[in-house]
Order: sequence, then C-alpha cells, then structure tokens
Amino acid sequence: MAAAPTTPDLATLNNVTRRFGAVNAVDGVSAVIAPAQVTGLVGPDGAGKSTLMRLMAGLLLPDRGKITVDGFDPGAEAAAVHERIGYMPQQFGLYEDLTVAENLALYADLHGVEAGARADKFARLLHFTALEPFTARLAGRLSGGMKQKLGLACALLSRPRLLLLDEPSAGVDPISRRELWSMVYDLVDQGLGVVLSTAYLDEAERCQSVLLMDAGRVLYDGPPSELTTTVAGRTFAVRNIGGDRRRVRDRAADQPGVIDALIQGDAVRLVLAEDAAPPAPETLEAGPAASVEPVAPRFEDAFCALLRPPDQAPLPQLPQLPQSATPLNVDAQAMVEALDLSRQFGDFTAVDHVGFRVRRGEIYGLLGPNGAGKSTTFKMLCGLLPPSAGAARVTGIDLATAGPTARQRIGYMSQKFSLYGMLSVAQNLEFFAGIYGLRGTAKREIIRRMVEAFSLQPYLRGNAEALPLGFKQRLALACAMMHGPSILFLDEPTSGVDPLTRREFWAHINAMAGAGMTILVTTHFLDEAEYCDRLGLIHAGALIAEGSPEALKARVRRAGQADPTMEDAFIHLVENHTHADNKRTEATS
Amino acid sequence: MMRRLRALIRKEFLQVVRDPSSIAIAFVMPVVLLLLFGYGVSLDATNVRLGVVVERATPDTQSLLDAFSNSRYFRVDVARHRADLEYGLVAGQYKGIVVVPADLNVRALQGQTAPIQVIVDGSDPNTGALVKGYVQGVWQTWLAHEAMVRGRPLTAPVTLETRVWYNPEVASRNFLVPGLVAIIMTLIGTLLTALVVAREWERGTMEALMSTPATVVELLAGKLIPYFVLGLGSMALSVAMATMLFEVPLRGSLLALTGVSAVFLAAALSMGLFISTIARNQFVAGQVALIAAFLPAFILSGFVFEISSMPTVVQWITYLVPARYFVACLQTLFLTGTVGAVLWPNILGMVAIATVFLGLTARRTRKRLD
Repeated sequence: MAAAPTTPDLATLNNVTRRFGAVNAVDGVSAVIAPAQVTGLVGPDGAGKSTLMRLMAGLLLPDRGKITVDGFDPGAEAAAVHERIGYMPQQFGLYEDLTVAENLALYADLHGVEAGARADKFARLLHFTALEPFTARLAGRLSGGMKQKLGLACALLSRPRLLLLDEPSAGVDPISRRELWSMVYDLVDQGLGVVLSTAYLDEAERCQSVLLMDAGRVLYDGPPSELTTTVAGRTFAVRNIGGDRRRVRDRAADQPGVIDALIQGDAVRLVLAEDAAPPAPETLEAGPAASVEPVAPRFEDAFCALLRPPDQAPLPQLPQLPQSATPLNVDAQAMVEALDLSRQFGDFTAVDHVGFRVRRGEIYGLLGPNGAGKSTTFKMLCGLLPPSAGAARVTGIDLATAGPTARQRIGYMSQKFSLYGMLSVAQNLEFFAGIYGLRGTAKREIIRRMVEAFSLQPYLRGNAEALPLGFKQRLALACAMMHGPSILFLDEPTSGVDPLTRREFWAHINAMAGAGMTILVTTHFLDEAEYCDRLGLIHAGALIAEGSPEALKARVRRAGQADPTMEDAFIHLVENHTHADNKRTEATS
Repeated sequence: MMRRLRALIRKEFLQVVRDPSSIAIAFVMPVVLLLLFGYGVSLDATNVRLGVVVERATPDTQSLLDAFSNSRYFRVDVARHRADLEYGLVAGQYKGIVVVPADLNVRALQGQTAPIQVIVDGSDPNTGALVKGYVQGVWQTWLAHEAMVRGRPLTAPVTLETRVWYNPEVASRNFLVPGLVAIIMTLIGTLLTALVVAREWERGTMEALMSTPATVVELLAGKLIPYFVLGLGSMALSVAMATMLFEVPLRGSLLALTGVSAVFLAAALSMGLFISTIARNQFVAGQVALIAAFLPAFILSGFVFEISSMPTVVQWITYLVPARYFVACLQTLFLTGTVGAVLWPNILGMVAIATVFLGLTARRTRKRLD
C-alpha cells in the first residue's frame, strides 16, 4: 500500500461531469468532502446523487474533471481507493441467501481482514449494530432496518477512511433510521468521513454539511443550518383554523408571495418569498379565531424555496371529476370498514385483528414500518386478498364476495404505478378506460377530462416510461379514477418520490378529497401523515394507535418535548407498544 | 488474493445449495431431460399400425401375415378388401397398407416382380421411410424363409445383407442420450451462469463487490470455478444415468470424456459470462442465453438433426455452435471409442470459441458499472 499524500480533505471533486447519453447526470460539480463529518447529498430524484457516489467509489469514470479520494484517483488507482472506502449501495449489497455471519465473512475476506483480528472485529460490529442474536438468520429474512445495519457492518469491515452510503434510509422505518444516525455519529467521532445521500429532508438537517443537488448541479454547499437561515423570518403557520384546512391551504398557495403552503396537522405552514408580507387570516377565510404566527424555519422550507421558482404558475385546479353517485343507503360514516381483519400466511400473521372506519370525504392514512401489514390490509379492503378472519367492507359491500359492479366504486393505485411503459400516455388512458367498460363518446369525454385535469396534453404521444416521475404519478392517478370511483386506495403512492413532486401529488389528492372522494393512503413518510385527517398506526400486523395527527402528537407531548414531530409520536407509540408486548410475553412465559 | 477467491467460491456454492432454482437447473433438469429422452422420445418406429389386405387366404398368405404380425415393428389389422382399410390410412390410423394378391405364391416363387403393394402414409416422411424399410425387411425375410423351407434357391439375383456398425440395434437412444449431455451442460454453463451474474446486478451485490479490493480476475474466476465444478458434477450424473439406466455403451476412455467435457464447459461458461456482461437483468439474460446457446445446441448441434443434411448456409452457422463439436465428440466417445482423429479437430473448435468469448468478456469487464 503506497503512502497517501497528506491532504486535509478526504475527497475532492473538481468540475466533474458525467453524461449518460444526452443527459448530464453530474454537471460541473466541484466540492470538498471533509473527514470526521457527515456530508449529505440531498436533492430530488435524478439529481445525480447516486452517480456522484459511484464516481467517488470508482465505479464510474467522469467524462470531465478530476476526483481524488484520500489522495488517489478512483478511476486510475481504483485498487488503492477500494482499500480506503466502504461503500453501501442502494438495497445494501447483501446476499439474501447467505446468513448474517456468512455475509460478514465474505466481505471480511474480500477486504482482507486478518484471520486473527476477525473474531474481535465481528463481535464489535455485531454489537454495534445489535445483530448479535441474528447471526444465523438469512439476510433475506431480516427486516429492512436490520438489512441496513448489516449492510453498514459489511461496509465497515475494511476500516474505511471514507464511508459512502447511498440512500441508506430508503424504505426503512423511523426507528431504524434513528438508530442508523446514532451509529453514523459514532463513526464520525472515530474520525471517519461519511457521505450519505437521502430523500428525507429532516435527515439533511442532521448532516454537518450538505450538497444540495438538482439536475446534476450543486445548488448549495455548506452547513444545512446556513441554508435554513436564508428563509428565516419567512416561515409562518396558520393556526386555529375554523373550517376546512385544505381550502385554507389552497387559498394560501394562490396568494402572491407564498412559495410553499402545506398542511401540518391542524395548521397550515407557509413559506414566503423574500420581502413578502404574511397573508392576513381574513384573506385565507380561515375563520375568526385563526392567526398567522411566525415559526422556526426548517431545512425543507429552504429546500423548496431554493428549488421552486417563486413566480411559478400555481398548480392547475382539478375540474369536477366524474364520481359514481354513492347510493343513498350507504352510511357516509362507514364508506370503508375493516371489521376485525386478520390474515395469515402460513405461520406468519401479517394482519392481526385490525379494525377501523373511514368517513366520506376523509383522507385516512395507514402508517407503519415496511412489513407491518399495511399493504396486506389494503389488499383485503380492495378484495384482492381474502381475509383469514373478519370482514372488509367498502360502501357496505364485502368486495371479496361482491360482483364487478361493486368494484366500480373503488380505484386502486399500486406502489409501482402499474402503467404500461411501452404504451403512449393516450394508449394507457384508452386501455384503462376500456377495462372499466367505457366506450364511444363516454370514453372520449372521460379521457378528455382526465387529460385536462392532469395537464397531460403535451405528453399524450410519448411513452409512459419516458415521462417525468411527477407525470407518471399523475397518469397512474388518472387511470385509477377514470371510472369515477367514490373511494380511492393509494398504496405508497409517493415512495421514492422527491419532496417537490410529492407536494404536487398531494395537491391533487387534497382537491379530490375536497370534492367528496374518500381516500385511503399508506405511507412511510411521516410528514405526509400530517396531511391526513386521521391516521391508523400499524405495527407488527396490529393497529396500535388511531386518531388525528394532532391527537397522536398530543399523546407524546410532555415537559421535555413541547412540540413533538410526527416521527417522535411514531417512535414513542411503537416503543410503548413493543414494551407492553414484551411485558405481556414475560408474564405469560 | 487466494483468500478473496476462496471466499467468492464459497459464497457461490452456498448460494447454489440454498437456491432451489439453481439446484433445479443443475440436477433436476438433467434427470428429467434424460428420462424424457431416454424413455419417451424415440426416433425408432415400433408398434406401427399396419393394415394388411389379404385378397384370398391361403397357407402362403397366412405365413406372410404371420411374419408381419410377429414383427415387433407392426401391429396388424387384416381385411379382405383394400377399400376397408383405405379410410383408416386417410384418417392417420394406419401408417401403411400392404396388399397381398391372391396369386402370391405363384408369382413370388417364380421370381417375378414384387407382387405385393405397399401404400405408405408419407405425411411424416421419417416414419414413412421407416415403414417402407421395415415392410421390405419383413418381405425379404419371408422370401428367404419360404425358399429355405421349400428347398429351392432364392430366385432374387442379389441379396442385400446389411450390417450396422457401432449401434447394431439402431437404437436412437444410443445417440440421443450422449447428445443430451451437451444440452444439459449448455444449460448449466451458459444459462445458469448468465442468470446468476445478472442476479448479482439486479440485487445490487455486484456493485458492492466492485467497491471491494477484489480484482476482475478474481470476480470472473469466482464465477467460473464453481459452475465448472457444478457442470462436471452434473456431467457425471448424466453419464452414470446414460450407461447404467439406459445401457448406452461407453466405448471411449473416461479420461478423454472428462477432458472433452472440460473444454466444452470452458466454452459454454465463457459464453454465459459474456452474455451477462451485456444483459444485466435475469429476464434479458435468460432470453439471450436461450436464443444464443440453448436453442442452437438443440437444433444445430447434430443432436437430433443431421448437420450434413442441412442447407449449406446453415451448416456454416453450426461451426459457431460449441455444442456441435461436443456432440460429435460425445457420440464418438460413447459409440465408437477414443478416436483421436475425430476428437482433436472438435476440441480445437471448442478451444477457439472459448478463447474468443473469454477474451471478449475479460476486455469488457472492468470494475465499473458502465
């Protein structure tokens, strides 16, 4: 191993450009990565975060510019660089059919960990990641959070100087995310430099330094707090709203000078343009008691202010969409009903006696870690999966036994959008209209309205797979509601979607709820939970808490924590439940 | 260096053992294919339904009829008039009709031209030709027998005495089963290898491996060695089944068989690795491997279809198919013996293909994602 030239910077990027076809994935990026700190790579999907990560790992070569990692060129001196970095790709790079111990042993051998040092090192890493009890378990059987920890342990076997983590928290529940961060801080304390890419903006605030990227360029480079201060004095909350907070949000978003308006529990959060005055509560028609109060800025506010041009046209308002008339005999209080629902897969109980009701025009969020049973519950409600026990009713009908007419009342949008990528947008719309039995003038009219409502006109002839993510989502939504359903099921509709596109999507959802549509949504973005009217918190197959976002947050509010976030509430409720569970198990055993 | 390679090989074996689909391709598929081809598929015609029209029953016609009935190739239906059986021929019930004239004995034994009429269903030319041949055979035998019984010399001027070498029973199994070994090895060498590498790309583990100090040579060898061993293992299984269960003779030396198989595996594996450098998801890799390796091995290797009877252009194409050389070697080794003059040119062909693909793969594989 050649002696590294001493340099205070762990990695440098000098005017680095990398093209894929005609697209500049990374476009003239210059930056410096310092040791002993966390550098966050933040930005929307397709901003170039992963490409930058792979360039530093020597897995891609730059078309222009120069990169050094610990003094070495990752392209020309890949071997030296690979001895100095630990890299965890998306999906963690684990062999699912190998056990935890076998994965560790493989990477230890590949990184040349000496046989003598090995036992000690494994013990330390297993302890560090709390995986000691699971060494004999296949990696494929681990939960998302445990996989992430094992991936981290494997990346750490080389004793790296630079740790590259590509979206380590994607698809991982909040508790595991918190644990990951505490491990990352431990490593930084030991002098490691960590580069971490993330789609969660609250995580950006935990980095010492961030590179905010968009379309391959760095828009901001520095401590996150400094970016946050650029919107200081420009963030407000409309509180004590009388009436519909979604209407208030829509009105606020239309006000001149308002860059960003979003629902946060009972309040509406506003970010204003520079030198803009906060709107008066009266102009927002927020009710007599409403007040507009300044609140502390967050990184996300600054992110949106930076990425969204202030003069951008407001989102098109949805025209009245077709809705099948809800029969009069349906109880508006129970558009959707889960009655003691259970579902077993072999020995495994995926859903365990879950019960709730959803009212007409309500947005009901099912919240929970991956594998908690959200999607299974959804599938039973839609009639895609028969329950093992209990009943699922939609407008009073059990879809598992009902005929196709009952299915006309629901629209379903799955995690993966279920579009035909090789068909054009127009062909997708026609196909879905066809399956719902629309034809002739009725079909043309519906398609025309959908195209207008979701502004799909410019893309009609293009293939669906080539659409920008936001438009893919719009198209999927259009296809799911073409037949005029009165209830919409959205299964993780925003998974893997950046904050700006998510906002746009929720604007559509809000408009539909405003029009009387009943909406059920699953999400693991806790800020999105705030947009819902009511939440059901699912953990290990059971519904452990239910209520409005404010009510759930109120349950954890105490002296030390005056303004808890949704994440605080989530973690607290889950831990309480696990604790109680453990006690119960101890008592019975 | 050795430790990294050992770790990669161990990982690969663990994966094979735990992945039911790998086991299926490596061990279940060979057994199923061998059973299928060994018992089910046969290019020989036995129990062919034959209609025999006997216009007038005499002791002679009866003895000819018996000759047909006693042949293991035919199941015979008898009728008085041709019209009774013609419908069955049209309907595909009979593969052929034999019309025995009333004055059979007179004409046959006076050495006049063949007095029996044979009508063969030519819609399946292969079976048609076989039926024709078998009928002729029965007829010849019967004539000879009759002549002997009556103590008269056979009037036919020349008798044809055929002797089939190497496969005296002309059992199609004896050349199908050795050819099948080539198909099985193609499955493991090319299809399985292409799939497992594509799986590493799909699951993101390839990316993780590439960021470790493991070298390109180690990564490639870490794939080649395990599947080489696996291929030889399933080869041994196939040969054992072929010789013990199906009693296919193995006249060549085991050493030569192992050597030839090793060379073929090298060619098949390098093709598999090359495919995986182009196709990075399992679906595409599977499709490419089927079209580029498996189907040619089936159709163009001489395993079922005789290469010398293919159109010239197609014959040229067969030179690009490694299985072609292997099938020739296997059929020689099983049925004839260790014939250097046949084996060496074929071995050279396989070495050439292996070298080209390995070279291409090594050139294309870098420790990079692009």
